[in-house]
Amino acid sequence: MQKKFDRGLERARWLAGITVFAVLGLVGLLANPYVISLMTIVLLFTFLGQSWNLMLGIGGQLSIGHALFVGLGAYSVGVLYVKYGISPWVGLLTGMILAGSVGASIAWLSFRFEVRGIYFALLTIAAAEFARIMFSGWEFVGAMQGLFFPAPTGGIEISMLRGDVRFYYFVALALAALGVIGTEFISRSYLGYVWRAMRDDESAARALGVRTFQHKILVISLSAATAAAGGGVLALVQGSIFPDSIMGMGLSVDVLLGPVVGGLGTTFGPLVGSLAAIPLNHLMSALGDSLRIPGLNNITYGVVLISVVWFLPDGIWPAIVRLCKAIQAPPTAWLWQSRKVEE
Amino acid sequence: MTALLEVENLSRSFGGLVAVKDVSFSLRAGRITALIGPNGAGKTTCFNLVAGALKPTSGRVLFEGRQIDNSPPETVCRMGIARTFQIVRPMREMSVLENAMIGAFSWTRNVSEARSKAYESLESVGLAAKAQARTDQLTLPDRKMLETAKALSTRPKLLLLDEVMAGLRPTEAAGIVGVLQKLAEGGLTILLVEHVMRIVMEVASRVVVLHHGAKIAEGTPGEVVADPKVLESYLGAGFHA
Ligand SMILES: Nc1ncnc2c1ncn2[C@@H]1O[C@H](COP(=O)(O)OP(=O)(O)O)[C@@H](O)[C@H]1O
Ligand SMILES: [Mg+2]
Repeated sequence: MQKKFDRGLERARWLAGITVFAVLGLVGLLANPYVISLMTIVLLFTFLGQSWNLMLGIGGQLSIGHALFVGLGAYSVGVLYVKYGISPWVGLLTGMILAGSVGASIAWLSFRFEVRGIYFALLTIAAAEFARIMFSGWEFVGAMQGLFFPAPTGGIEISMLRGDVRFYYFVALALAALGVIGTEFISRSYLGYVWRAMRDDESAARALGVRTFQHKILVISLSAATAAAGGGVLALVQGSIFPDSIMGMGLSVDVLLGPVVGGLGTTFGPLVGSLAAIPLNHLMSALGDSLRIPGLNNITYGVVLISVVWFLPDGIWPAIVRLCKAIQAPPTAWLWQSRKVEE
Repeated sequence: MTALLEVENLSRSFGGLVAVKDVSFSLRAGRITALIGPNGAGKTTCFNLVAGALKPTSGRVLFEGRQIDNSPPETVCRMGIARTFQIVRPMREMSVLENAMIGAFSWTRNVSEARSKAYESLESVGLAAKAQARTDQLTLPDRKMLETAKALSTRPKLLLLDEVMAGLRPTEAAGIVGVLQKLAEGGLTILLVEHVMRIVMEVASRVVVLHHGAKIAEGTPGEVVADPKVLESYLGAGFHA
């Protein structure tokens, strides 16, 4: 009986996932350029949120310095492309390897010396700030003046990852889809099980044979590498890289907002959270400009975020799931029906 | 006959407090041994030393002839020693079944293999019907059985059980006693900490008695309860049976 229930739930999840991505695909084809560029950012932060979510939501390791990895990805793409004309694909790969190794080194050092939990999180901020200051003074990578990509020529060049607004939208959509599939895949593999065990109780997991030292390093370097991939694409989309924005504290916070608002440790949380948070911020920013109330966006943003955390502490997505169950909305009604048929 | 586990002159102190003092004993394969003693005698500390959760101040622990007292808990577990925690430690965000699967990942990466092992472990402690439950829906005795199932999924050679029958009703305890006896018949070696003397008398073939961290007696259950030192220091303080 349980197996049948699982299968029904499984189908509902697939259906939900495919529907969401089909709608997002249509948005890319039909929406106007403003909406498309906004949604590109939403999808990129969905992907970055998924990467961060892997580390905290599944692996139980808090990072508040993810800007470090995002920035390493951005600079790898930027420096190789702008300075040497090397394809961003190579830049992305370089950035992922670089960030993965940096993440693994930070993790190795801190866990080797028993720095964990909130102290590890502080260490991630320190590392990110260190890198930001270093890049701000490093002439080779443009220092404070930043790096600028040449203006797009208009045509789509897959080998150079260059194209118009719509092209980048679909790149971001592909990344977000990859994030969902990857998260599901990892969650269901043995890594998902031992990582969640380690997240819930590290010493109990060790007593059951989980080599938590290795697994913490693995989850952190995987999260760092994927964040770098997101950062590389973000740099291409924005057309420029500045140390203060790509490696700043603000970016670290933006990365974690999606999953925190959407639902920590869930597959769809980062998407739902980014969809809620980023357009709101932009809307309020535009409204603030036209009403000449500077800071309106920050205030509204803050109020809304505090409300979400206050009233829906486990995030928006788990609340939607609960609501659907309560009112038997279409996806769940369909689910119950399929159960009856099978039983 | 060689011993599966040998504990040699084991000591551990916390600051000025000597929790385990020069304790030696050995366990033969396929037997159930009970470790008893009043609260604070050092039984849980002994478990922590054997399982690698604590390092001894002095002394050695040998498992299958190899020294393990410097190994971390995950290595000790992978060598074949599984333990339960007296204060239960379920993974809260994971279901009962998922909890029971974790241990299996110490010998397989195949999720469905781990799942069937988990069902088997839950079955043997009578928790299979609650496989899909959340751990906070379990009663305390059930949580203790979940601890046991989690440990069993690692396929241990030696199982350390820390007061897993506390709070069980006599009929339930009898069921678990049956389970332990069956496991021992299948070749598993068990070291258990247990307060209810009736259970100790029934399942254990040997008993080790600790008092203030030191071993004060060892022998068959019959010998131990007849030992004046044991009667004086321990049984007098709280004989349950
Ligand atoms: N981590 C620790 N730090 C300090 N003292 C401890 C610690 N663990 C146990 N003790 C002390 O060691 C003694 C033995 O404890 P324990 O092994 O838990 O006894 P038992 O399991 O036999 O009841 C107690 O006095 C206890 O307070
Ligand atoms: Mg104890």
